[in-house]
Amino acid sequence: MTSTRQDSAAPDSAAPQGALFPNADAPGPANRDAANPDTADGEMVQLLDQDGALRADPDFSGYISDVDAQMLRGFYRDMALTRRFDQEATALQRQGQLALWVPLRGQEAAQIGSGRATRSHDYIFPTYREHGVALTRDVDFPQMLRIFRGISNGGWDPRENNFHMYTMVLAAQVPHATGYAMGIQRDQAGWDRARLEREGTAVVAYFGDGASSEGDVHESMVFASSYKSPVVFFCQNNQWAISVPTRVQSRIPLAERARGYGFPGIRVDGNDVLAVLAVTRWALERARRGEGPVLIEAFTYRMSAHTTADDPTKYRLSAEEESWAPKDPLVRLEKHLRSAGHADDAFFEQVARAGDQMAARVREEALAFPDPTLEDSFNNVYAEAHPLIAEELRWHKEYEAGFAQSPAEAGQEGAR
Amino acid sequence: MSTFNLPDVGEGLTEAEIVSWKVQPGDTVAINQVFVEIETAKSLVELPSPFAGTVTELCAAEGQTLEVGQPLFVVAEAAPAPSGAAQPAPAPVRSHDTDPEPGILIDSHALVEGADAGAAPLVGSGPKADPVRRRPRLGRPPVVKAPAAKAPATATASAAPAAHSPAASGAAGAAAVVRSAGPAMASILNRVLAKPPVRKIAKELGIDLSKVRGTGGGGEVTREDLISYQAQREAEQAAAPTFWSHGEQEDRIERQPVKGVRKATAKAMVESAFTAPHVSIFVDVDASRTMEFVQRLKKSRDFEGIKVSPLLILAKAVIWAAARNPSVNASWVETENGAEIHVKHFMNLGIAAATPRGLLVPNLKNAQDLSLRELAIALNELATAAREGRTRPADMQNGTLTITNIGALGIDIGTPIINPGEVAIVAFGTIRQKPWVVSGEVIPRWITTLGGSFDHRVVDGDLSARFMADVAAIMEEPALLLD
Repeated sequence: MTSTRQDSAAPDSAAPQGALFPNADAPGPANRDAANPDTADGEMVQLLDQDGALRADPDFSGYISDVDAQMLRGFYRDMALTRRFDQEATALQRQGQLALWVPLRGQEAAQIGSGRATRSHDYIFPTYREHGVALTRDVDFPQMLRIFRGISNGGWDPRENNFHMYTMVLAAQVPHATGYAMGIQRDQAGWDRARLEREGTAVVAYFGDGASSEGDVHESMVFASSYKSPVVFFCQNNQWAISVPTRVQSRIPLAERARGYGFPGIRVDGNDVLAVLAVTRWALERARRGEGPVLIEAFTYRMSAHTTADDPTKYRLSAEEESWAPKDPLVRLEKHLRSAGHADDAFFEQVARAGDQMAARVREEALAFPDPTLEDSFNNVYAEAHPLIAEELRWHKEYEAGFAQSPAEAGQEGAR
Repeated sequence: MSTFNLPDVGEGLTEAEIVSWKVQPGDTVAINQVFVEIETAKSLVELPSPFAGTVTELCAAEGQTLEVGQPLFVVAEAAPAPSGAAQPAPAPVRSHDTDPEPGILIDSHALVEGADAGAAPLVGSGPKADPVRRRPRLGRPPVVKAPAAKAPATATASAAPAAHSPAASGAAGAAAVVRSAGPAMASILNRVLAKPPVRKIAKELGIDLSKVRGTGGGGEVTREDLISYQAQREAEQAAAPTFWSHGEQEDRIERQPVKGVRKATAKAMVESAFTAPHVSIFVDVDASRTMEFVQRLKKSRDFEGIKVSPLLILAKAVIWAAARNPSVNASWVETENGAEIHVKHFMNLGIAAATPRGLLVPNLKNAQDLSLRELAIALNELATAAREGRTRPADMQNGTLTITNIGALGIDIGTPIINPGEVAIVAFGTIRQKPWVVSGEVIPRWITTLGGSFDHRVVDGDLSARFMADVAAIMEEPALLLD
C-alpha cells in the first residue's frame, strides 16, 4: 500500500465488525443502508475509486494493510489473464470448438478480490461464470473449458483445490454450500475460538442477481442463519439476469435482504478489487469464528453477453454500457499502479505478452483434449465400486468388442 | 488448405445468413481476427478466424443463408503465429430513440422473417443430431434381446397394409389429437388475447385484432404490437404517393430475391399449371340455408366456444361429394410402366391459407372420419397454427383435395390452380345478399359462387360437373348431409 496507509491498524486489532455490529446477533450494518437498488449511488464500500485513488474506510481499510505493490501487481495480472482467457474462450466458441461460453468481462475484480481472500482450506461453490475465482484456486485455465466442450461433467477434481465443479442449474449450488457449511460445523464442534480462527474452514457460495430470486437461495439463507453456519453468500450483482434488469428482481438493494434473515448484508463496489478483498476477508473471518453467515453484494457490471447464445444489444442501451466503461476494474487498478509508481509500461506489456502465450496454450490444449469414452461414465455413478455398475460395465465392454475396430477390418468383414 | 465450416454459435441454431465479409481472397488473416459477420435467428455475430494464413476462397455471398456445417471460407495456413485477442468491432449505438425499452425483448418473429429462416428455432431447442454412423458388427453380440431381433419382421408385416393407404397411420395420430381438444381449448385457440384498453384502442383505430401479430405471453396482442401495426399501416399508406419514381430506368426497378415460401409457391404453381391440363367450372349457389345452419350451430350448446363458419359446411360438403365422385380425390402418377391414377380412399383435406410467411396449404388428415364438431375444431386449429407460423412440413404433405377461400376479401370467384399431386380444387367466393328468383319472385338471398378446377387427365367434364353440383346441393340444403 502507499505510505499514507502505513499507520493503518492491523485487521485483528481494528475489529471492524465490532464497530459495525455491536451485537453479532443484531442484523445488518446500521450505518450502511444502501439507497436505490438501481444505481451505484447507494452506499457501498469502496477503497479504490474509478480514478485509481485510494479512499480510506474506517471499517475496512485495516483489512488490506498487508497489500503491497507486489500484491497489487499480482491482482492486476490475475484480472488481465482472466480477461484474456475469457476472450480466447469466446473465440473458441465462435469457431465451433465449444458448445457454449459464459463470459465474465467486467466482473474480474469481484472474482479475483473474493477468491484471493479465501484460504486454501476454505471450500468454494461457484456458478458457471467463476473463471477468475477458479484461477485463484489454482485451477488451470484449459480445464475450465472441458465442460463447455462437452467432454466432461466437471473438468477438475473439486477435492484438489476445494473448488467445486461449475453448477449449470441456477442457484442449485447455494443449498449445497449451506449444507457443506453445516457439515463443517459438526466436524469442528468443540473447537475453541483460537483454533477456529487459525484452522477453521469457511464456505463461499457464489451466485448472481438473477439467482437471488430463486427459492434455493432463500432456503439456504434461512438454514445458514438459523444454525449460524460458516458460509459467505457472495452475490455478484452484474445488473442483468440475461435480459431482466436487477430492478425487476428486487425493490431494495439485494444486500438489504440479509436483514430479514438476521445476518449482516453489505454492498461493496464489485469493480474495486481492494474493497472486495477487504469485505470478503472480514466476512470469512467472521464465519470462521462461528459468528454466522454474511451476504456480500458485489455491485458490478456484465460488460459482455450473458452467454455466447445471448445478444445484449436486444435489451440494453449503448449509453448504459458506456456509463460502466470508466468503472472498468482493470482500468482503475492500472491507473492506481501507474500513479503510485508501482508499475510501468514494461510491466503492462509483459502481462499482455503472458496473456497471449497463455491463450495460445489454452487453444492448443483445448483442441488436443481427447474425446471421452462411454466407459468413463461408469466411474462416476457411485462413489465406490458397485456390483450392478460393474456388471453393466462388463456387458458394455463385451458389446464394444463385438464391433470391427477399423475401416480395414470392416472391409474384410464385408468381403467375407 | 483449411476449410472452416459454419459452427452453431448459439444453442441449437441450424443456419445463419452472411451479413458482411471482413476479408477478401488474398488477404492475410491471423488467428481470432474477425473475418465475417453473420446473422442467426438470435443475433448478429462476428466470427474470429481459427486459422492464420492467406484467404483463398469465400464460400458464400453476402446475403446468402448457410446451414450449420457448410463451408464458410478456406485459408492456406501459414506457420502458426501467436494468436491475438478478438477485438469486437464497435456495435451500433442503441438509444431510446430507436429501440424499445431496455429489458423488453424485440419481437423475435421479426428476426426469423428477416432472415427468411422458415423453421429456424428461436430458442435452443436442441442441436441437429449428427448423422448416425454405425460400425459393422463382427458377429452377433453376446447378449441380444429377443424383441429387438423380431422388430424388423414386424415392421415388414405392418408395412403391407400401410401401402394401401399411405400416411394413414401417421394421420390417425394427428386426428386423435384433434379429437381430444375440447371446447375450452378451442375457445382459447380462437380468441385473440388482448387487454381491454388495447381492445379499445384497436376499436378506435379500426384495426381488426386478429390481423395483428401478438408478441406478448401466449400470443397476446400488446399495446406496442398495436402501435407498430398502426405505424406500419400508416407507413404503407404514406409510401403510396412516393411509390412512383423518376430517374435511370435501372434504379427504378426494385429487385427482390425469390426465396422461402414465395419460391416454393412459384415452383408448385408452375408445376401444376404446365403438367395438369386444367378445366374450370363455376356455379352460383343460394347459401341462405347454410347461413341459417351456421347460426343455429353457433347457438348450439355442443358448439359452445367453437368458431363456426360457412367454410365448415363447405368442407363437409366437399368430403360428402368426393365420396360420391371418387375420381376427384385422386392423383396422376407416372410410373415405369406408364401412368396410373391413384384413387385415395381417405381425405386429407387441404385448406389454402394466406399467412404472414406467404401461401401455405396445410391439410386435415383423414378428414372423412371427423364429425362436424371435430372438423370445426380441426379447421380452427389449422388456421391458428398457420397464422402463428406453427404449421409443420408434415401438415402440408399428402394432401388429396384442396379448398381455397377467396371470399374473405370480397372477391366473387376466380380460377384456382390445383395443388400439385392432387386433381381437384374448390374455390369459395364471398357470400353476400343478392336479388334471387324464388318461385317467380325476386327476393334477397345469401348467394355465393363456387369454382372448381380439375385435372382433365383424370376428371372429365361430366364428372367435375356432378361433383360441383353435389357440393352446391349441400350448400343449398345442408340437411342432405344427414342422408
